[in-house]
Amino acid sequence: MGAGANPGQHPPEEVARGPGKVPIQLHVNGALYYLEIEPRRTLLDALRLDLHLTGTKRVCNMGQCGACTVLLDGKAIYSCLTLAIECEGCQILTIEGLSDGDNLDPIQRAFIEHDAFQCGFCTPGQIMAVRALLERSTNPPPEEIRRAVSGNLCRCGSYLRIFKAVETAARVYAEQGSGWRQGGNL
Amino acid sequence: MTRLVRSKIEVEGRMYDHFAIVEGREPQRWQRDAELRIVGKGEPRIDGPDRVTGRAIYTYDVQLPGMLYARVLRSPHPHARIKRIDVSRAAALPGVRVVISHLNAPMIPWTNDTLLFDPVVRFAGDEVAAVAADDEYIAEDAIRLIDVDYDVQPFVVDGEEALHPEAPRVHPTGNLVGGQPKVYERGDVQRGFAEADVVVEDTFQTQAALHNCLEPHGAVALWEGDHLTIWESTQHVYGVREQLAQIFDLPLDKVRAICWYMGGGFGSKQYTGKWSVIAALLARQAQRPVHLMLNRREENLASGYRASTTQRLKLGAKHDGTLTAIDLVATSPIGAYGNHAKAIGMHAQVMYACPNVRTEIRGVFTNVGEARSFRGPGATEGAFPFESLMDVLAERLGMDPVEIRLKNYATTEPSSGQPYSAKHLDECLRKGAEMIGWTGKRKAIRIDGTKRRAIGMACQTWGGGGGPPAFAWVKLNQDGTAEVLLGGQDIGTGTKTVFAQIAAEELGIGLDQVVVNLGDSACGPYAPVSWGSMTVSSVGPAVRQAAADARDQLRELAAEFLNAPFDQVEIRDGGICVRGESQPRMRIGDLTGWIGPFTILGKGGRGPNEPCVAVRTFGAQFAEVEVDTATGEVTVLRMVTVHDIGRVVNPQGAANQAEGAIVQGIGYGLTEQRIIDLQTGIVLNPNLEDYLVPTALDVPAIEHAFVGDPDQHANNLGAKGIGEPALIPTAPAIANAIARALGIRFLSIPITRSKILDAIRAADSSRRAAL
Repeated sequence: MGAGANPGQHPPEEVARGPGKVPIQLHVNGALYYLEIEPRRTLLDALRLDLHLTGTKRVCNMGQCGACTVLLDGKAIYSCLTLAIECEGCQILTIEGLSDGDNLDPIQRAFIEHDAFQCGFCTPGQIMAVRALLERSTNPPPEEIRRAVSGNLCRCGSYLRIFKAVETAARVYAEQGSGWRQGGNL
Repeated sequence: MTRLVRSKIEVEGRMYDHFAIVEGREPQRWQRDAELRIVGKGEPRIDGPDRVTGRAIYTYDVQLPGMLYARVLRSPHPHARIKRIDVSRAAALPGVRVVISHLNAPMIPWTNDTLLFDPVVRFAGDEVAAVAADDEYIAEDAIRLIDVDYDVQPFVVDGEEALHPEAPRVHPTGNLVGGQPKVYERGDVQRGFAEADVVVEDTFQTQAALHNCLEPHGAVALWEGDHLTIWESTQHVYGVREQLAQIFDLPLDKVRAICWYMGGGFGSKQYTGKWSVIAALLARQAQRPVHLMLNRREENLASGYRASTTQRLKLGAKHDGTLTAIDLVATSPIGAYGNHAKAIGMHAQVMYACPNVRTEIRGVFTNVGEARSFRGPGATEGAFPFESLMDVLAERLGMDPVEIRLKNYATTEPSSGQPYSAKHLDECLRKGAEMIGWTGKRKAIRIDGTKRRAIGMACQTWGGGGGPPAFAWVKLNQDGTAEVLLGGQDIGTGTKTVFAQIAAEELGIGLDQVVVNLGDSACGPYAPVSWGSMTVSSVGPAVRQAAADARDQLRELAAEFLNAPFDQVEIRDGGICVRGESQPRMRIGDLTGWIGPFTILGKGGRGPNEPCVAVRTFGAQFAEVEVDTATGEVTVLRMVTVHDIGRVVNPQGAANQAEGAIVQGIGYGLTEQRIIDLQTGIVLNPNLEDYLVPTALDVPAIEHAFVGDPDQHANNLGAKGIGEPALIPTAPAIANAIARALGIRFLSIPITRSKILDAIRAADSSRRAAL
């Protein structure tokens, strides 16, 4: 795991940057990217528009739905409420980093097995929220599962199936021990 | 042989006449006891891996070389005339490529004798101007630099108020849609009430509800010369193509519409809106592709909603519960655009047997965005008052709610008098009552401190039988795998998987040997709108016929190749067999590979509906709730839903649909409502923070069952739809449970905490006054 700065805590030598495009570096899914973006660009838009990682969805763009959830140093965050420039030095994990070709993460496999989605538009965000949960707790009780995805709206209403998928994925994670962490390209 | 057959189709309570072109022989109906390998099994979605990895490309995700991003300037006023627009500051912003408004846009006619960019704006959110720029941030900056002077006009946003003779007119023709109410009548309602032993009546209200599909409405437009390609988040790919061809005066083959993956529609994406036309206009002028997706606020102002209703409902019945008369007068404000109110009278007309029925529906124009269909449109709005008043009637008569519904059980379709193709609502009621423990729990209202528990129920009927026109092709690849091709769309309901199951079943191959390519008007034949819970029943039979056609072409070739009679050649588990032999002679791929560049292409079409038969779906739903009288909080503990939808092609997908419908129904019954400030005409909660859709913490245990008996008169699958049915009875079932728990009847939804607390306080004070 990276030991980068938390959003909002700029290194002391940092001076104000922008307006206008400025060069930044982002670690996404284990790779380093050099970008030139405006400081006001959100992490969500940097991922989608600059890195063309469109798996992370834009739904409300104001931190109310969870569709844009990604992991920042292992913690689930709303990427629409985070500026990309704040994420320099952090490890970012998106839905694209969770699988390796057809080799899916146990969470992804469990979502398919339990039919834990319909339209799928909230699904990448749901899965990343679940990933953050399972990084801190491999045997979450039902209430913790509900709470972990309670910031992720599913308008199709497949919540009960999401809960079942998380239970299944948690079991697989627990069985695999710490080895599963490699699957996330971190 | 190609034949032309006339067929009737019911969609959302409206009847349509279609001519169906029927080619070839339609496959025999699958019998009740047919041994099916794949159809009827709960298969996981074949496009699951694409959806869970982020690989699936939704309209929002389309990115093209040179693509510009567009934003729309919207009116801040509910009614105004645009006096002046100055776009010079916006146009001068670096990165801005095109700015359009009514000053320079072509005069494109829109609904209700208005224009795409009209000098008059009729709701707070109406389109005023649009900008395409190199980046969305620049486009957003630019629309803030457009200066507009508005001549603000009087407005009306309340439906009842809009009908007042002095009310401001939304359109010059007046505020009553169509100039008169829509009246349905059978029998003699006055006589029916005269014959009644008991009459109950009340005025009910249902709220405006927002779809809030997670993928907003929007489009990406690309011009290549005079050829337009449009990606749109739509429930009707072919419809978008036709609409845009008409608007841009292009032949159909010059427009290609695409929707590969779709992030929810729920009725709001049945036809295109201004977004795709604006995207295409901007793209044509800029000579670059343009991406225009609505943001969440715009989505909640300008892309549709379930219209609110006020319903005066009156029921007359005999002492034994037999309904003698039904009278419904409903008003529904549909916004500034559109031409009809939804079928709010459907439930009153066809749910129960009653000889004397009158419904009068008044659609009203208001200075609000356009209402659109929302999952079970009309029926859902109509079910809450009707099913509530049925419980009131039962209580008055000392009858059980289930019993009074069975007492008025319709054995023929009450409106047309036609026989049903199939109906097992009685079994739904019996099974659902058993699952919830109806008889045991009915009398017991448990009181635990401030909490009270009770159960309630409601019934539902909906169409979902589908019909022509709908077509599909099935192609056999050289390696023996199959491809289903059609121009329909999977709006998230699992359509692809269901079609793959049907094709694999008919072809005699494994599910993993079938891919489904849909969502592109250039790669498959016509399919209808994904609406009315009828994609499986409209398009599914066409897929089956196409697969049967492909299989028979393969058998013909195999018969020649093997020198065996055609009727002795069978396809089993991907092998080509001769009847009576246990081992296949060859694999399908051996033959399709050998015939090489020739491709077998099977064609299928949806046959006509049987004449003089009513095809409908039915369901009974039960709710167990706990109400905290101290806080007004309602916790839905458990929902049970049982449906008769004919054969269930994919039980897992169907269950998911039923559960999702109930989750939406819980929102509709308890929390969701769009709020407009009457003083300013502004929507106060166009976001997901203040508009309360159910979250993971709000869902109860949901149990479901399907009768599963194939409807032998519906279509060659015996299957009907489930998308909408399960939502229709949810709010009334919950309302009836709350009424039972508190002894207080709520006449409006959503039944919010504040309504409950107010009602409890009012009941307490009247009780004290009585002492």
